[in-house]
Amino acid sequence: MEQLAGALVTVVIGVLGCAAYFFGSNFLLDAAFPSRGRDPLTAARNMRRANAIRPWLFLGPALLVLGIYLVYPVFESLRLSLHDRSGRNFVGLSNYVWMANNPGFRESMFNNMLWLLFVPALSTFLGLVIAALTDRIWWGNIAKSLIFMPMAISFVGASVIWKFIYDYRAAGSEQIGILNAIVVYFGGEPQAWITIPFWNNFFLMIILVWIQTGFAMVILSAALRGIPDETIEAAVIDGANGFQIFFKIMIPQIWGTIAVVWTTITILVLKVFDIVLAMTNGQWNTQVLANLMFDWMFRGGGDFGRGAAIAMVIMVLVIPIMVWNIRRASAEMEGR
Amino acid sequence: MTALQLKNIKKSYGTVDVIHGVDLDIQEGEFVVFVGPSGCGKSTLLRMIAGLEEISGGTLSIGGQVVNDIPPSKRGIAMVFQSYALYPHMTVYDNMAFGMRIAKESKEEIDRRVRAAADILQLTQYLDRLPKALSGGQRQRVAIGRAICRDPKVFLFDEPLSNLDAALRVATRIEIAKLHESMPDTTMIYVTHDQVEAMTLADRIVVLSAGRIEQVGSPMELYHHPANLFVAQFIGSPAMNILPARVEKAGAETIVTLTGGRQAFLDIATDASQQGKPAKFGVRPEDLTVAQGEDYLFEGQVALSEALGEVTLYYIEGLVEGEPIVVKVPGNQPVRRGESVRFTADRSKLHLFDAEGLSYRR
Repeated sequence: MEQLAGALVTVVIGVLGCAAYFFGSNFLLDAAFPSRGRDPLTAARNMRRANAIRPWLFLGPALLVLGIYLVYPVFESLRLSLHDRSGRNFVGLSNYVWMANNPGFRESMFNNMLWLLFVPALSTFLGLVIAALTDRIWWGNIAKSLIFMPMAISFVGASVIWKFIYDYRAAGSEQIGILNAIVVYFGGEPQAWITIPFWNNFFLMIILVWIQTGFAMVILSAALRGIPDETIEAAVIDGANGFQIFFKIMIPQIWGTIAVVWTTITILVLKVFDIVLAMTNGQWNTQVLANLMFDWMFRGGGDFGRGAAIAMVIMVLVIPIMVWNIRRASAEMEGR
Repeated sequence: MTALQLKNIKKSYGTVDVIHGVDLDIQEGEFVVFVGPSGCGKSTLLRMIAGLEEISGGTLSIGGQVVNDIPPSKRGIAMVFQSYALYPHMTVYDNMAFGMRIAKESKEEIDRRVRAAADILQLTQYLDRLPKALSGGQRQRVAIGRAICRDPKVFLFDEPLSNLDAALRVATRIEIAKLHESMPDTTMIYVTHDQVEAMTLADRIVVLSAGRIEQVGSPMELYHHPANLFVAQFIGSPAMNILPARVEKAGAETIVTLTGGRQAFLDIATDASQQGKPAKFGVRPEDLTVAQGEDYLFEGQVALSEALGEVTLYYIEGLVEGEPIVVKVPGNQPVRRGESVRFTADRSKLHLFDAEGLSYRR
């Protein structure tokens, strides 16, 4: 109750503070460069100056916050990755050398690549198929809402839900996990799914696919609706069947959007952390880069150097896809 | 030979009837234009022929075969859309080849037909381009080329010139006319709301209104002998002037009294039962001339005159409630606003309609 009240007060202060900042700063600006009651020449000059400054008043807070929380950490991470665990003594590239020879890092790299191949591909594919199918049925919108809903669940929340699905009870006792319940119903042995090396990676990935399919579906559904009907009718007259129309006429026309969805999910996958932390914490060969970084930085004594080095790797992996994604997205925008 | 036959074709969406039973025979090699105001069902009718809309009632035969339940690609038709409907991700060549590739034609045959079509439409140098690198007129030519490649029995055009600017529209219209001349066995059905396109292209025009055929006939037949008020006012620009009238003397030649009190003599036979009945008197703006002397049809004040160079239009207000009488005289004959002018017309060019709007045939 106390926390709730605290949160409420914070929100109110925050909103009022923002409003006060914008009103106050604009008031001061207008007071500094008054345009009313002056001779026309001064008024015009003051107005011009005020208008040159005003955008920065609005942008200022955002730029400041971005600087503190995004730009500064990049440089600080780079610095830390070249220092020892305390962050005080310069050690050159030795953190990176250690990383290259570390089996835990290699395992994480391998798993991340698995995630990278599997999750974006499956999410985009399912999203596309569902978007195309739900457009043709009367309960399509209900289906879409249900599929979109997991988007609203946090990764940790989703992991908790799926923990129940994969839950394991010893053979003979009542299975509360639906997967084991099904296996036992068909006469199989219950399994501790998330402890089966290699395959457990996929059991974890499914969670992210479950969340991200909704996102892919919504974006691709909009893109599919943007395809001019006439091109499809022309293809019908040309004799194309449903599959040919889908693959040869519709998909190529939304290829740009598919690429944006794919890369957006790819970036998300490279940063995947919460699901692994909540499900296995990297045990049973499910370690990924972000969780490894977290382990080194905040657990086991806190080695800021090694943690930062792993963070740099993640950043280097993300940047090219990010750049391509943004370019692609703005090109799409112009095309409209 | 009949290329296409529509028998009592109907279309309804749920309980709303859009097409109320259309009967039409189209001969092989004929150029037929469907024309009518927006919402009259002309595009729907074309799309039913194409197979893009289901036929709710009646039978449609192409080449003697009932095609109601045959998919579009098997009907022997090709369609040119208003928005071109080119596949944006394919080159001009691939756009034209797509249908044949689906039909699994041989590479040589595809190449031969695409190049032949490109040659006819002067598209050879653009074959490698994407549609977005072409102008509107070129895109429409590609769309026509794609239709030619299908080698159809019936060409369907759905307002193909509406997205082009005025100059290109005329040029493309002439190209379509030439195309039809070069393929005398191919039937063409063309939908438009532009009566100039209809008049210039058509062998026969089908005038549609509210899902019904108003009249079918050659352009000149429609112009000189409209079957009813709707056709009379739809064909011709500016539209035919209609004045309320009363039949003064029925017989082999008819005398009517117009609003304004003047009498008109028409070479139109009317039944004696029409004596004294109200009627509608019609005269085209271009048939009216300025009257010299006492022999005139009506007199009115010019509310506005528009000089277009080749012709001058006078708008006469006050004779008919709400609508001005329009007069089209050749050349530049300016008249001062408010000036009272008398007009007459050759008695062979006058039209008469009964109270229901049906035409008394000459």
